[in-house]
Amino acid sequence: MHLAYPAVLSALLFCTGLYGVLARRNAILVLMSVELMLNAVNLNLVAFDVWLSKTAEETLHSGQALTLFTIAIAAAEIGIGLAIVLAVHRNRGTADIDKLRDTAERHDPDGTDHDALTAEQSGEAQKAEATA
Amino acid sequence: MTTTTLAVLVPLLPFLGAVAGLLLGRTAPGFVRPLAVLPTLTSLVLATLVAVRQGGDAAVNAATELTPTGSVPIELALHIDGFAALVAVLVGLVASCVQIYSTGYLRDDPRYPSYAALVSLFTSAMLLVVYSGDLIVLLVGWEVMGICSYFLVGHYWETPEARAASLKAFLVTKLGDVPFLIGLFALATDAGSFRITRVLGAVASGSLDHPTLIALLLLAGVAGKSAQFPLHTWLPDAMAGPTPVSALIHAATMVAAGVYFIARLLPLFEASQAAMVVLAVMAAVTMACSALAALAQDDIKRVLAYSTIGQLGYMSGALAVGDRGAAVFHLLSHGAFKALLFLAAGVIIHAAGTNSLAAMSRMRNLRDRVPDAYWTMTVALLALAAIPPFSGFFSKEAVLGVAEHVVTGHTDRAPAAAGWIVLVAGLLTAVLTAAYAMRLWLLAFRGRGTEAPDHGRQPLTMTVVLWVLAAPSLALGGFAFRLLPDWFDGRDLSPTLTTSVLGTGVALVGGIVTYGAWRHTTALTARVPLGAVAAHPEGDAAQVEAEAIATHKPAYGDIAYAPDPADPGRLLLSPLHRHAAAGFHMDAVYRALFVRPVQAGASLVRFLDREVVETYVRGAGALPRWLGAAVRRAQTGNVQTYVSALLAGTVVLAVAVVLVATGA
Repeated sequence: MHLAYPAVLSALLFCTGLYGVLARRNAILVLMSVELMLNAVNLNLVAFDVWLSKTAEETLHSGQALTLFTIAIAAAEIGIGLAIVLAVHRNRGTADIDKLRDTAERHDPDGTDHDALTAEQSGEAQKAEATA
Repeated sequence: MTTTTLAVLVPLLPFLGAVAGLLLGRTAPGFVRPLAVLPTLTSLVLATLVAVRQGGDAAVNAATELTPTGSVPIELALHIDGFAALVAVLVGLVASCVQIYSTGYLRDDPRYPSYAALVSLFTSAMLLVVYSGDLIVLLVGWEVMGICSYFLVGHYWETPEARAASLKAFLVTKLGDVPFLIGLFALATDAGSFRITRVLGAVASGSLDHPTLIALLLLAGVAGKSAQFPLHTWLPDAMAGPTPVSALIHAATMVAAGVYFIARLLPLFEASQAAMVVLAVMAAVTMACSALAALAQDDIKRVLAYSTIGQLGYMSGALAVGDRGAAVFHLLSHGAFKALLFLAAGVIIHAAGTNSLAAMSRMRNLRDRVPDAYWTMTVALLALAAIPPFSGFFSKEAVLGVAEHVVTGHTDRAPAAAGWIVLVAGLLTAVLTAAYAMRLWLLAFRGRGTEAPDHGRQPLTMTVVLWVLAAPSLALGGFAFRLLPDWFDGRDLSPTLTTSVLGTGVALVGGIVTYGAWRHTTALTARVPLGAVAAHPEGDAAQVEAEAIATHKPAYGDIAYAPDPADPGRLLLSPLHRHAAAGFHMDAVYRALFVRPVQAGASLVRFLDREVVETYVRGAGALPRWLGAAVRRAQTGNVQTYVSALLAGTVVLAVAVVLVATGA
């Protein structure tokens, strides 16, 4: 099989993932899109490893080994990512990325106080949750 | 133990007591009282032992150099002659009495632990000054006393009077201490050593280059510490502190340190005729003016404070005519009877609930409420007025006798002018001293009007020490004037006939005239009711006193003055009374000379800082602030925006790399 097929496929996958990351609103869909991008990279790794090992006399298949690493790490990443999204959803009632803008500067003059206040409020909310 | 070891322990024990008291004050309140009293008492015993062993013979000298310090060496040195041994016994005695008295006086005071520790620290510093044979070590004790005085005057820091008084005491004495320090350096440069023995050796061999300059610089420090004109203004205000502190620090010991210092270095001062005349004038002005001011004060403790200034003037006068024996004799007897006067005044203030003589003169039977204070204070006032055979008579006659010797040319140790100044001022002050002592006694104990309040008996700790101190006030002079010359320079201290008759005569005149004036004015007391009595008469003495000090100004309009037409002092001083009550407006002079310029300078600096420096700082900060505001706009909080920017940047970089790689 020519190298172009898997390369084009992985480029398409990557672009789909990129589009998902940039355009989707739901955090879970964004995470899924990140997975797509990772798998595009995996595909590339395997394809180029096979292509390169054809000409080499001796090879360790390092591309394929790296793919295994990426898969393992991606599994961990998606686990943590989903856990965070779940926690955020429980806490805020939404997983909409457009609404999670806590890092932005607020437009009132004493922003620090406001931050402290919200932190306090969320603290109180957590406490209430724990007691419930 | 050797005498040296004992002498080292004398200042060390109260110091350790102070450290332990400060450390344990919170955790072990039960130990505070023993830790305050026992080290001081032990010190007294050891100081007495040292005095007995020294016995007025050759001075005990010991020195050790801890570390080389460059040009002029500084040594931990002891120099114990008869003067040092006896003054240390006085300090130990008064400090022990005051510590015992304080346990009763500040019975319920929450700040008693730190108070007692500071009194111990002060005692240790004073004993260090007394025993030290090295001027820098002496200076350390001198300054520690100053800071202890600051803290203790401000003990009632809730009252604005006490806060102001402690600051004033600190700043005014520092005004003298800075020239004093420079004087010490100049002296060490000329003499090549800080050791007192070597300095005196250099003076004897005439190798000092600037004796007048050094003597005058040192005199400034002495005037500050010993409350001599013109640096005396802090002492009357320092009466805002607790009474035991006034007794220990501002009557018996610390203020005597200046006199003691001159007594130690008297040959240095004698080397300069000018310094001796300046000292004589200073002493004379101090004596006369303070006695006049004492006659016009309303606060019983301020009367005693001005009296202290005057008696210190006597001591300086004795030094100005070149006799340190008489000066230290008066220091010893004055220390005893003035400490007694203050402690008795503390009892009276507690019993009467006020510190105002005008209010006391409207109380019947105050003397029956405090019989111990009444009798001991009578003894002490007789000693103060120099009536024979009380101790003050002998010591004051010793001073006047020396002045008379100088005037009549029996000795050439001092210029005759100094002798005349001291003698005339001394006799004038003797009249006034008897007058204000009489006034104090009559107003406090012969009041008429409503019955004095009855708060039960005073604590035993407060009355016993009065009798302990009454003994030396009564008998010290009579027994000591024959023995003391062996301890001092060997010159005769017995009273001479001329000055005895003159001095006693004028004292009697002063007392009788005051009595006459009092008989004349006392009828007015009933017509003009006055009085402000502490709000919590059942509290401990310290609380009553703090309230009395705080209410004096609102009640009478001034801290030193009461509008009382029944005051015999007002009749005696008639045109001068207003000025004397204000201390001859020295505070106003200081205000104009120092306080106003400093305040003006401070407001100028504040203007420069606020309006000029601040503007530049704000200007420098403006540009970064604008940049920051612009950059903050990019932070929307939306992660996808950031990733889009990242992607755009990557694409741009990739295109740029491709373009460069292909050489386009």
